[in-house]
Amino acid sequence: MAGTGEAKKEEADYKRLHSFPLIRHTDMPEEMRVETMELCVTACEKFATNNESAAKMIKESMDKKFGSSWHVVIGEGFGFEVTHEVKNLLYMFFGGSLAVCVWKCS
Amino acid sequence: MRKGSTVQKVLLPVAKSTKPASKKKDEDEDPGEGWDEWAQGKALIKPPDQLELSEAELKEEITRILTANNPHAPQNIVRYSFKERSYKPTSAVDQMAVHFVLEGSLLHEDSDEARRLRAKEGLPEETATVDTGVEPDEEEPETSDTPVEDGQEVEEAGEEDRPDSVASKTDRKEPKVTNQFNFSERASQTLNNPLRERSCQTDPPPRGTFTATATQWDIYDAYVEELQKQETNKEKQKAVASKKDNDKGKKKTLLMETQTDDITKVGKASKIFERMVNQNTFDDIAQDFKYFEDASDEFRDQEGTLLPLWKFQYDKAKRLSVTALCWNKKYQDLFAVGMGSYDFSKQGRGMLVYYSLKNSAYPEFIYPTLSGVLCLDIHEQHSYLVAVGFYDGCVAVYNNKEDGSEPMYKSTAKTGKHTDPVWQVRWQSDDMDNNHNFCSVSSDGRVVSWTLVKNELVFTDIIRLSLNAAVSEGPEQQPGIACGTSFDFHKQIDYLFLVGTEEGKIHKCSKTYSSQFLETYNAHSMAVDAVKWNHFHPKVFISCSSDWTVKIWEHTINTPMFTFDLNAAVGDVAWSPYSSTVFAAVTTDATVHIFDLSINKYEAICQQPVVAKKKTKLTHIEFNPIYPIIIVGDDRGYVSSLKLSPNLRKKPKVKKGQDQPKDSEMEEAKMEKLLSLLREPEQSTV
Repeated sequence: MAGTGEAKKEEADYKRLHSFPLIRHTDMPEEMRVETMELCVTACEKFATNNESAAKMIKESMDKKFGSSWHVVIGEGFGFEVTHEVKNLLYMFFGGSLAVCVWKCS
Repeated sequence: MRKGSTVQKVLLPVAKSTKPASKKKDEDEDPGEGWDEWAQGKALIKPPDQLELSEAELKEEITRILTANNPHAPQNIVRYSFKERSYKPTSAVDQMAVHFVLEGSLLHEDSDEARRLRAKEGLPEETATVDTGVEPDEEEPETSDTPVEDGQEVEEAGEEDRPDSVASKTDRKEPKVTNQFNFSERASQTLNNPLRERSCQTDPPPRGTFTATATQWDIYDAYVEELQKQETNKEKQKAVASKKDNDKGKKKTLLMETQTDDITKVGKASKIFERMVNQNTFDDIAQDFKYFEDASDEFRDQEGTLLPLWKFQYDKAKRLSVTALCWNKKYQDLFAVGMGSYDFSKQGRGMLVYYSLKNSAYPEFIYPTLSGVLCLDIHEQHSYLVAVGFYDGCVAVYNNKEDGSEPMYKSTAKTGKHTDPVWQVRWQSDDMDNNHNFCSVSSDGRVVSWTLVKNELVFTDIIRLSLNAAVSEGPEQQPGIACGTSFDFHKQIDYLFLVGTEEGKIHKCSKTYSSQFLETYNAHSMAVDAVKWNHFHPKVFISCSSDWTVKIWEHTINTPMFTFDLNAAVGDVAWSPYSSTVFAAVTTDATVHIFDLSINKYEAICQQPVVAKKKTKLTHIEFNPIYPIIIVGDDRGYVSSLKLSPNLRKKPKVKKGQDQPKDSEMEEAKMEKLLSLLREPEQSTV
């Protein structure tokens, strides 16, 4: 009982600790990167339960800001291989268990 | 006649066709007046830009094939195909060229639009048919009633019977019918510029591929790694902070480096640039320095001249006078200038400034000092070490390699600094422990040797100058202390040195005897400003004084060998490094005197005012060890460089057939010869 309780605490702890946005790979310029990262964090926090809505929000905002057409994938477990326009890709982790991949390719 | 005239006119080139056409009409009416004109215009006139072709070429038949292809259409069109991700040519190019387009207004009778229009025009159509019926039936007014009665029937019948007329009338909404015979249509087509299609295609933005897998464990690992990195960074910062107190100095340099990293790179380039600009600005001086040899020297008998070269000055040192000059032995274009003031009442700060011949506009190194610099000496082997003597009695050693304007070592009251101005410093050879050491002489009557031991200066009194030759401990004699104003160490014999005093005496001393002088010469009536051993001859030295004289001595003889009166107080004298008989002296009337004893024993071979204003006093002079130039400092802070003309640099001729002895030996022999001439009569008298 105590063990599981502790385990849960640990889990909550590590989720708290690991919830900062961690950029895994990107080739965006500095400003674009920061903006996109913040947008993703906002979207994921807003639609914490619904990945599709979050992705939709990100995609539409990116299209408006940086031109068409953007693609967004949010999930906890997936593999991918994509062709993207150079300097328009962001792959990051967030919230301890979410992975977000954003790229542009028209 | 008229016909003939018209035919003639047609033959004329097209350019004139309109005129003859109009004139033709006039002529038809009045042939007599303009006829002569046109008779003259019979010859065929070519337009000025017509091609010149030979007869054969003119007769040549050229075939032209007319095709239906559009000449303006491009021959090959290439488009980027995203499918294949490359540029591909289009298979067929459109050849159609549209010249004129007119939108028509015909409608098919069964079309929707036609039906709609017909519905709209139900009423106006009725009246139209009535009118058309009226006009042709004007001749039959009787039947007019029947059409009116049958108007409604006619209406329906009209619709069915006369579909053509209805169709044509649906466009015309106005009831009025145009007169088909009495109208004329006018139309014109303007010149349509040929259309040209232009298009541009950019390369599509470059693309890359990226692949990854997002799994829970991957995410977890990434976060853990990131946290670890952050922690190690924090630790590093803490560790660095703790070391701060210990290594403050080092940290400072580190910070300085990182801050000035980018600027130092620019610094090197800008230095080269500065030198280039200076070289360009003073190009003629640089050329003179290298190549100019005064040809007029051949005609000038034995006299020589000094060619002024660069002039060095530093803004912030304007009110200071040059108190010391020294060439750097390793970098022969670099020299150090000590600045201060000789004025007893006006003592302020001083400066140590380095100039390079390559850059006469700005000094290479600048060290401001609290007290005026009076003397300096650059170490022979370690040319980055310079010993400096100050007016306040301190001595200091500067290290050029280190940044910062503070000396590496400085003497203080505790460490035995002089109590009076230090007039001369000289580096000595390293002592037995391989420590650098140098000597200084001062007005407080002490000749002190300083040794650089690790971080401090250790001093040892070599000798105390006193007014009387012998110092006795007895209470009857109170030994006064003489003031040393200059000294010089022998080139070959290490322990032997000369000291000149303010009373005008020169003492020959040895480092090993600290209480007694080896010899004393009553040299001058005023203070001895400089005393220098000859570079080649081991027995000869020269001294100069404010009593207007320069004297040359042989140290075994008590009286001077040569005496020269220069008509003004002599500030400094220097032997030349290339000849044992050439020396230069500077005086307070802004003149440089150069003597060559092998040419003229009584007079200077060159006496030249060097500075513009006669009132400036020249304070110091130094020969460059390699180049034939001298630098002269004056009391206004300027350093002028001058080139020696060939006559001043003469070397003794070697007899043919003899082996050429070494330069130094030759010089020595030269001097010896001179001296022997003087000595013999003396010996004979003795």
